[in-house]
Parts: sequence; structure tokens; C-alpha cells
Amino acid sequence: MGKTLYQKVWDAHTVGTLSDGRTQLFIGTHLIHEVTSPQAFGMLRDLGLKVKYPSRTFATIDHIVPTVNQDEPADPLAAAMIDAIRKNCDDFGVTYFDLKSGKQGIVHVVGPEQGITQPGSTIACGDSHTATHGAFGAIAFGIGTTQVRDVLATQTMAMESLKVRKIEVNGELRPGVYAKDVTLHIIRMLGAKGGIGYAYEYAGTTFDNFSMEERMTVCNMAIEGGARCGYVNPDETTFEFLKGRPYSPTGEDWEKAVEEWKSFATDADAEFDDIIVIDAQDIEPTVTWGISPDHGISIGESIPDPTTAEPDQKAVIEEALAYMKLPAGTPIKGIPIDVAFIGSCTNGRLSDFREAAKFLKGNKVAEGVKAIAVPGSQITAIQCEKEGIDKIFEEAGFEWRAAGCSMCLAMNPDKLIGDQICASSSNRNFKGRQGSPIGRTVLMSPIMVAAAAVEGRIADARETFEVTEDTAVA
Amino acid sequence: MAIAPITQVSGTAVPIPGADIDTDRIIPARFMKCVTFDGLGEYAFYDVRFDPESGEKTDHPLNDERFKGASILIAGINFGCGSSREHAPQSLAKYGFSAIIAESFAEIFYGNSTTLGLPCVSSSRENIDALKAACLADPSLEVSIDLNAMMVAAENLSFPVEMPASARQALLAGKYDPIKELLDNNDKIEATAASLSYVG
Repeated sequence: MGKTLYQKVWDAHTVGTLSDGRTQLFIGTHLIHEVTSPQAFGMLRDLGLKVKYPSRTFATIDHIVPTVNQDEPADPLAAAMIDAIRKNCDDFGVTYFDLKSGKQGIVHVVGPEQGITQPGSTIACGDSHTATHGAFGAIAFGIGTTQVRDVLATQTMAMESLKVRKIEVNGELRPGVYAKDVTLHIIRMLGAKGGIGYAYEYAGTTFDNFSMEERMTVCNMAIEGGARCGYVNPDETTFEFLKGRPYSPTGEDWEKAVEEWKSFATDADAEFDDIIVIDAQDIEPTVTWGISPDHGISIGESIPDPTTAEPDQKAVIEEALAYMKLPAGTPIKGIPIDVAFIGSCTNGRLSDFREAAKFLKGNKVAEGVKAIAVPGSQITAIQCEKEGIDKIFEEAGFEWRAAGCSMCLAMNPDKLIGDQICASSSNRNFKGRQGSPIGRTVLMSPIMVAAAAVEGRIADARETFEVTEDTAVA
Repeated sequence: MAIAPITQVSGTAVPIPGADIDTDRIIPARFMKCVTFDGLGEYAFYDVRFDPESGEKTDHPLNDERFKGASILIAGINFGCGSSREHAPQSLAKYGFSAIIAESFAEIFYGNSTTLGLPCVSSSRENIDALKAACLADPSLEVSIDLNAMMVAAENLSFPVEMPASARQALLAGKYDPIKELLDNNDKIEATAASLSYVG
């Protein structure tokens, strides 16, 4: 019987079995950032330990970086966190992509951009969206700070093995439907805890045809469906993306690496613990109405009504609608918004801005809407600026910002105020996630955010921008 | 680095309402601007304990004087979902909790808690609801979690709980912080590193 990519990577990285039965897993690539690493370095110092393989650890700053003046921390606490990571990387010999490097950005954008993220590897980071890197056929997952200490000190961690669920999506997406809709659709279908105990293998012709950016968007939100990691088998699209990147192998090593990477792909006769099959044509532009990423509906649907809901869903819907202040049973389309945000590790890559710019050109953000576009990395920002994308956004009425996590979470100056409602291309609609304890988030694709910004209300981008078979891209 | 085994936790318990309680709810991100975990206890569940507009205490169970000093948290399904921040279990431990009983836990939160020696056990909704009702009826009720027998008991109430075998073993053996064992395998670590072309 064949093996899945997950099993092959797991086996290749198994150091041994610990006394409690867990696997001691080798972590080939360790990514760190300013929020979850300082305490781990503190623990290393307390124990008198060093970083085992400094060349396998890569750092950047993203969560607390302001997106207006990047090098002016918002407050002394933010400044202390930046000072800490600089000092820690310096003291322990870790590669650090600082603001002045021109390579800084959201850690999950930087890794792939630099070619650090490679097929067949294990990648850990003190950040749950580490699953993003699975798009390259890596087993990548988020860890806590004590585990960051473990990986720094030993390049390994204690880990329980996962089951593997194959999620196969086949066919072409309809015009105006994007990778973000695919991931929101899957989470809606399987629930926010449906993936607990699983690694997700995303497969099928839809994924075969996806770009690396699209694969990253889906893998990024594996955790929102409860799965610790998600991956796509490496193929020519993967290799094409990686070729020539700073940390990619070169010359003869490149050929050897590609052969090895291919060998990690799931075998045709591999068995899965579970298989889900989805028809791409069934996926509509999807938005959230509540306070969990599985509170999703297609843009044509109405907000759930607790009075007609299943008994076990009643309290959940009531709590979500009380927080969201949205009317039960009415269409989600047409709900006014205050803020529009395009960015984050889910949708802050070049292709996201290119696609949104295509439709924003010649349009204007509605009066009263604050709209911000935040590139996921300095490199993304520079490329967008070369292509004039920043100008299109600015002419439409968006603020064009510098790279960082921005309004995905509340650790930098970009925050909702009061109960503002935000059309957001980010990944979480939890209570208070975007910085105001009563702020409201509606998750959607970047194009749907652009449409909401232009109309001043939640809209169907296909109508706003007259998306047809001809204007849509795959 | 020797740590004491954890075989039993007992104390009074506080039930909190809601499903899918995420780690942003447990510790809002703005309180993660820190370079140590010290002092996080006071911010646990901050935005549901204090009204965001008035700043006044809400009627959240953690503000209820009757549950003051509770060392066991009782919650619903998928507790601790979302962000991997260890700040969440750190804040609960520093707030004063020694164990959590819930219908189910999100995976990263679960692992982070175990590593800190904060046992997380799960049981069916019926059992959890019965325990919640008993604690609400009598907040001074002594609840005990026995990790050997994998049972929760509170006066007349008693039911089985679950926990992955590895976590239970680690807690019972006092090896829930694995650093020593990881370090001890240095030779095997180096052999694995040498076998991986991208590490080499």
C-alpha cells in the first residue's frame, strides 16, 4: 500500500518515540516572529541552552509593525518586542529579515517568497497560520511558545501523529469565485472543529489548476476548520514558483531537489482516513455572518434565523447575531459596512492585489467607508508599486499601506473603532479580533471586499463589477 | 528539570457559557504586547469580563463572587480554537485555574496546556451540562479530576472523562514538559538532520 505525503514527511522526520508515546519530530524549518518568540528565548537563557541549528531558523516582524510608518513602533511595548527579536537573533545567530532588509513581511508570505518553504519539509512557527506553507507539500503547523523553545533548543518537538483527510475539489470555479470562497465553503461544510486530529490533503483538478498563491489561501485557513495542517502535493506549479528564489537550490542541486520533492507526493494507492469530494461548480462567493469562520453563507443567502434553526444551533446563532447586530432571516447582501480591508497572510499576496486592482480600476470607494490595502511583504509592495497597482488602489480611494499583519488582528495601530463592521480578506471573525472588543468582521475574498468598498455594503462582486466568463480569470 | 507528576486536581469549578471559545476571547491580542508571560492572569477573558464601552464588570461567571477562587474551568465544545498563542493557557493558569473540563478542545490549545501542566479533560455534553448545573446550584461544590481513574467526581455526580493517552502519561509521569527528553536524544537528532538533504 502506498503512503500519503503526510506519512512520508512524518517518517523522514521522525527522531524517535518519547516515553509518553508521542513522536519526537525533527523540524527542518523554524520560522519565528516578534510575538511568540521572546518568552521562548527567555526560557533558553534560563536553561543555559543555545539554538541547535541557527541556520534553520528564520525571523521577521509582522504582527506589531505599523503600516504607515513601519519603523515607528506605536508604543514602548511594541518597541520592546522589536528590540527583543533583534537582540535574540543577534545573540543566537538567527537570520532575521528586518525592516531595512527589504524582505520583511508577514512570516507566511516571506517564507515562500524567499524559497525557504520547500516540499517534503517540516515547518513550525508560533503562529497557527503556519499551515499556509503546506501549499508547497510541506507539513507545516502552528506551535505554542514552549514548543518554540523546544524547536530552538533541539530542532525537534513532541508531537502526536495526525489522521489524513483528503478533500478533493474537482472542476472549474465559476466566474467571480476564488480560492478564498473554496476555503470558506470547506469550513462551512465541515465545521470549525471538523478537522481536529486531521491533516488535510487538498486535491482534485481545482487544486491542480490553482496557482501557488491560491493553494496558500486555502491551506492558510486549514486551522479555521480545526485541522492542524493542510497541504497540496508538489507539482510543476510548485517547482516553477520556487525556481530561482534566494533560498532555493541551484544548478545540479536543483535537479536533485526536484526529483526528491516529487518522491514525497502522495502515492496513487495511498489510503486516507476520510475522503470528501466537492464539485467546484457548487461553490459560490461566500461570506461570514457570525463570530466563527464556519458561520459562512453564499452571498445570495439570508442570515440564519435562530427560530427556525436546529435546536443545538439556536443558542450559537443567537449569540452570534447579538454580537454582530445583524437581522436574522434577511439577506446578507446589502448590509452596510464601515471598513474594507485587503491584506493578511490569507490574501495579502501579489495576485490578490492584481486581481482586486483589475476590478477597482475606474471605481470609487463609497463615501464614509475607510478602505485599506496592506501588502503582505515589502517585496509584494514593491512589485505592486512597479505595476502601478498602488495607484489604482489609491485612485479608487483605498489607503495603500506598508507590509504587516495590519487589521487581521489587534496588535498594531490598524484597528476597528467601536462596533464598526469590516469587510475583510483576513481569516478570523472572532469577537474583538480586529481590535475593538465590539468590532464586527465579515470574511470574504479580496474581490468581494473591493465590491463592498465600492458599494458601501456587502455586495455580490459579480454584479458590482459585471463579472462574466470573459472578464474572470482562473 | 524534574517536575512533579499531576495525578489529581480538585477544587471549586466555574462554568462559562458558549461554544467555540477562541484564544482571542481568552486573551485579546492587545495584551500580547509583552516579552514575558508575567501578569497575563489579570487579562484572561478581559473583553467578556468588562463591558467594552463602560468598562464596568459584566455578569460573566468569572465576575461572580460565588465562584471566586475556582480552580477548575468548565466549558463547551472546541474550547481554545483559533490562534496558537500560548498566552491563552498561560493567562488561565496565572488567573488561578489548574484544570479545564470541556466537551472538546482545539488541538494547539490542548497541547500548549498540557505542556504547562494544565490538564484538559473532555466528556459528553450531558455530563458537562450536569456538572455545570451542579456547580451553578452550589458554587462551593468540590470537584475532583482523577487522572489515574479518568473520572470526574462532585458529591453525588461522577462520570468518565477522556484525554489522549500520551498527554495522560506525560502528566502522570511528570514529563509534560518534554525538554529534557528531547535534549537527551541529541545523537538521534543529529542523525536525522544528516539524513535530510535540505538541512544538511
